[in-house]
Amino acid sequence: MRYTPHTLSDQEQMLRVIGIDSIEQLYQHIPETLRNRAKIELPGGLTELAVRRRLAALASRNATATDWSFFLGGGIYHHFIPSAVDAVISRSEFATSYTPYQPEVSQGTLQALFEYQTLICQLTGMEISNAGVYDGASAAAEAVLMSRRIQPLNRRRVLMSRALHPHYRAVIATYLKNLEDMQLDEIAFDPSGATDVAELKRKLDRESMCVIVGYPNFFGIIEDLAPIQATCAENGTQLITVTPEPLALGLLKPPGAWGADIAVGEGQSLGVPMTLGGPGYGFFASQKKFVRSLPGRLVGETVDTEGQRGFVLTLATREQHIRREKATSNICTSQTLCTLASTVFMSLLGKSGMRRLAEVNVVRARDARERLVSRPQLQACFSGPFFNEFVLRASNLESLLSRCAAAQIVPGVPLGQWYPELNDCLLVCVTEMNEREEIERLVRVIGD
Amino acid sequence: MRERRSNVLSESSATKPQSEVSVPKLLFESGSPGRSGFYWPAEHEKGQTTIPEAFLREDIPGFPELGELEVLRHFTRLSHRNFAIESQFYPLGSCTMKYNPKVNEVVARLPGLAQIHPLAPVEILQGAMELLYNLERILIEISGMDCISLQPSAGAQGELTGLMLIRACLTERGSPRKKIIVPDTAHGTNPASSTLCGYDVVQISSTARGVIDTATVAKVMDEDVAAIMITNPNTLGLFERDIEAIAAVVHQKGGLVYLDGANLNALMGVAKPGHMGVDVLHMNLHKTFSTPHGGGGPGAGPVAVKEGLSEYLPVPRIVKQNDKLGLLEDCPKSIGRVRSFFGNFGILVRAYTYIISLGGEGLEESSRMALLNANYIRKKLEKGYQIAYGEPCMHECIFTDRLQHKYGVNTLDIAKRLLDYGFHPPTIYFPLVVSGALMIEPTETETPETLDAFVEAMLAIAQESKENSDVVKNAPHSTPVKRLDEARAARKPVLRWDPGQGGAE
Repeated sequence: MRYTPHTLSDQEQMLRVIGIDSIEQLYQHIPETLRNRAKIELPGGLTELAVRRRLAALASRNATATDWSFFLGGGIYHHFIPSAVDAVISRSEFATSYTPYQPEVSQGTLQALFEYQTLICQLTGMEISNAGVYDGASAAAEAVLMSRRIQPLNRRRVLMSRALHPHYRAVIATYLKNLEDMQLDEIAFDPSGATDVAELKRKLDRESMCVIVGYPNFFGIIEDLAPIQATCAENGTQLITVTPEPLALGLLKPPGAWGADIAVGEGQSLGVPMTLGGPGYGFFASQKKFVRSLPGRLVGETVDTEGQRGFVLTLATREQHIRREKATSNICTSQTLCTLASTVFMSLLGKSGMRRLAEVNVVRARDARERLVSRPQLQACFSGPFFNEFVLRASNLESLLSRCAAAQIVPGVPLGQWYPELNDCLLVCVTEMNEREEIERLVRVIGD
Repeated sequence: MRERRSNVLSESSATKPQSEVSVPKLLFESGSPGRSGFYWPAEHEKGQTTIPEAFLREDIPGFPELGELEVLRHFTRLSHRNFAIESQFYPLGSCTMKYNPKVNEVVARLPGLAQIHPLAPVEILQGAMELLYNLERILIEISGMDCISLQPSAGAQGELTGLMLIRACLTERGSPRKKIIVPDTAHGTNPASSTLCGYDVVQISSTARGVIDTATVAKVMDEDVAAIMITNPNTLGLFERDIEAIAAVVHQKGGLVYLDGANLNALMGVAKPGHMGVDVLHMNLHKTFSTPHGGGGPGAGPVAVKEGLSEYLPVPRIVKQNDKLGLLEDCPKSIGRVRSFFGNFGILVRAYTYIISLGGEGLEESSRMALLNANYIRKKLEKGYQIAYGEPCMHECIFTDRLQHKYGVNTLDIAKRLLDYGFHPPTIYFPLVVSGALMIEPTETETPETLDAFVEAMLAIAQESKENSDVVKNAPHSTPVKRLDEARAARKPVLRWDPGQGGAE
């Protein structure tokens, strides 16, 4: 067989050492009723060539961002990934190692994670970051659970912006459903596309545990966090920001500067391919005083017996393998290879590159919206400032989508599935991957 | 402004071999202001971004300023400071560190699988949907279950999902109940997931033989118990022989049976969880199905259930209608979503590739060879170490440091000394029920020669413990760093580089 190296003579020699005649004897103690029905009825194995052809055939039936024009965002973004990123994460020393339980032979992964934590702190303006969680949606849910550990028992009401990503809201609801003390309430958005601050102020009280808002939100709108933070602070409520598109933080004032208590988001946009939405990773940052309530892996700096700097997994007493049912979370994965991709991505772009790429996104999105709303059948839905996504209202969305599809264009994400009142609206995303000619072509197809 | 810093090694370190080269600088300690490894010309005049000034940041203080080669060299050097499957035998128990085939990586990078967007219309994602649909059918066949969701991101999220399904089902039957039974040999995620799902944990002890028995379960099983979580084979590498009887006891009182499928690599062609009375099962695709561990993820933790629980599975479900694949979002009894989009698709692609490469017989052969390798090590190591349990093991075996105690040598010392011999240590001090546990899982992809070399190193360490215990107690001696002060790291946590902290220089 392909990956098992044992020859028949290897097997015989090993059986002799063990002192038995057949491998079956190793599991004779398993009830016969189970053994007799255990056969796996699947086709036989394939050559590597056949495997590659079969996967290529499946791949060919998917529309890719290279063959089609995608104006798709909504939590997963098509960005340029420098060649050096895949070169690093393809190294087997990173890809085929495990969670760094033995720090002496895992300094590569540990240092990279320490650097990742630092980059996330710098990008979000927060004081501490963990080593990563599954995705943006579960990061948002974990953030709410962290707030639950910090806030007193009489604060169990969560106020969640309706302009937060619908999948994130769904995951938060799933995670909270079984915790009987929790109450989940939604805040509407206003005509600018931002969270309705007046409604938030009305609903917020001394029993509110946390407020959770997108930054930028699901509509691409850059929320004004100042009044939200102020009203949270007045009430002793925690502010959680969720950033599904962290490239925006190359340009925007970071959540930490606005006074967020917990800042989370999805990291895919920073150097990870779209891959149908996973794997990416959730980033998770907070303030130092809350460190013992943080979920997930943490890497810390220390020294070895000779005084040399080194890195270890630390504060493990928060975690499931030590604390079991009293752990801060059940999570033990940090999506490390994806956070490594982002670490390389952010290192390559650096200070100036992050800002430049963010600016290019803003400018191209702004220009695209101007061009698109010049068509009579389209109008801008919201008035607030936006990063690289915006919502358009179409006079005949159905026919627009089918004309675009015929031209191999996906012009955006229809919003009706999550927001009935926006059922004639489209969330359009424009990144540095969308050339100006592509936008012109979209405008032409719409105009037909 | 930061000073220009050199990345060149100091003179004294340049003459040392690689392993002794001084600690690499951090990204933030090299580079020069204005440098970048990324070129993209400006596309606008300054100040023309339509975003109000008040929303903009001035700078990202501390962010790297490095060239492309500098960045690559940095990470290449870091990579040299890792052990990994492709360079070292990595017998980490309960982690199934088998070979991660290269073809999986090649196909996962095909544009038609990597450059696809989850919110594109499903009509133009039919290849991806078919892959997911096929993988669902295949995993159902392997596990003997009825229905499955590929959405959970990892084993622990699979556990939480599984418990949520159980809770939803029992709630509909009248009451969610209050407790989950968890054996003392369980992974820590089991009790942690139970708490997250709103349950109290009842821990039960395993017998002197290392398994759980029906009478113990019967004693704690009552109408307040929602489910039992069983790992089979358990973390001692032993098959839970009484699982069918235990399941009957739990079912009789209206509870459900959750199987932690972390150790599925022992079972293919040997026994199917779906035949053991199991209602819910999660599988770790990064273990049994060869996807790379990546230094701690990403993985994937699909959850499979028996028919009666299928309507509670997360949304969306993939459905086939007239040869077209579509998504079903409207499932009123579903627990909802546990993460965004479809799960870790890139990992699912790799697992699918592995499975069709091996086929049914190849998978069965994998489990058989995993058992053979583990029992081979078990037999050979008995010469120098105390075996924890007498029975034949499945895919992993547990030894202890008992025989080394009289020389003042413990499990941690043995693990660290193994590093000097070029082997990644086994999982240590787990499961908790074995004092000083060394949990060895060789997997099926290792040759007997590698196993022999490992055994030789372990026996040499046993000998050293007798004759020269200091060399063991002070190990490792050959690694890039020596034993690290973990207490200091926890006492005064330094969790990020800080220009002001000083200690970083």
